[in-house]
Amino acid sequence: MRWGVITFPGSCDDQDVFDSLKLELGQKVKLLWHKDDLAGNYDCIVLPGGFSYGDYLRCGAMARFSPIMQGVVKFAKSGGLVLGICNGFQVLCESGLLPGALVRNAGLQFVCQPVHLRVEETDTPFTGGIKKGQLLKIPVKHGEGCYYADPETREGLHKNRQILIRYVDAKGRPVAAANPNGSLENIAGICNESRNVFGLMPHPEDACSKILGSEDGAKIFLSIAAACSGRAKSHG
Amino acid sequence: MRVKIFISLKHGVLDPQGKAIERSLHTLGYNEVQDVRAGKYLEFDVDAPSRAAAELRVREMCDKLLANTVIEDYRFEIGNES
Repeated sequence: MRWGVITFPGSCDDQDVFDSLKLELGQKVKLLWHKDDLAGNYDCIVLPGGFSYGDYLRCGAMARFSPIMQGVVKFAKSGGLVLGICNGFQVLCESGLLPGALVRNAGLQFVCQPVHLRVEETDTPFTGGIKKGQLLKIPVKHGEGCYYADPETREGLHKNRQILIRYVDAKGRPVAAANPNGSLENIAGICNESRNVFGLMPHPEDACSKILGSEDGAKIFLSIAAACSGRAKSHG
Repeated sequence: MRVKIFISLKHGVLDPQGKAIERSLHTLGYNEVQDVRAGKYLEFDVDAPSRAAAELRVREMCDKLLANTVIEDYRFEIGNES
């Protein structure tokens, strides 16, 4: 499979995603510049973390209009897999590929710490290799990661089982103390209705090697890789 | 024409910045202050054949870029001075 990682002006985790995919997981991956068209065959496009366009106006608001995003929207609409991490999640919400929005952390502070996540749904390409209810330890680092959606949108998220991961304590309980940013219902990551676009605030690329304290992030990337090889087989 | 746009978080959306400002005002003794909401203010010149035409364009700009209507409300004023 082929991965594409987009670099926006102000992205700062693009290289981390690239290194984790290539060096730790042996994946084929290419960095893509935001001003280029999305040309070539990719199986999964990653929108990385960082501060695209300096977070001016709103986080992700400007990156949404980068030339490559038109291609990403088309790619997503045709069923391609899109993964948005942190600022990438914000860009996906701003561009309407995911419902809701991410606002200032409830505590006003930038949070930078490992968190426990509980995998809520596994019938997606992003979580297919993980057991339902399994806990992952992955770091967060953000100032605006408080997920918000109006009641109607929330109802849709429940009905279509779009909440894929939640912040939990070490015992797996989604309690307020385990919520680093005040997100509604401890939501850490959601997918779209068609289950091919996934956005999350935690950084799986920072949890792909023992030396970083956790390899749980690799479980997400490897789920995607397995789903794509499955897709290739079913198409071949 | 000069456009002035006021953007604020919708009621129901947590506004921790407004809350922090409110607490600081209370600390200073301004206990009469309640329900502080922090927002954004933008202003710019716009060239349009009429006020109605300008309004239409500005509304479009707000919906497309300047505000995120999932979490924010906006209102604007269009004045004659530039």
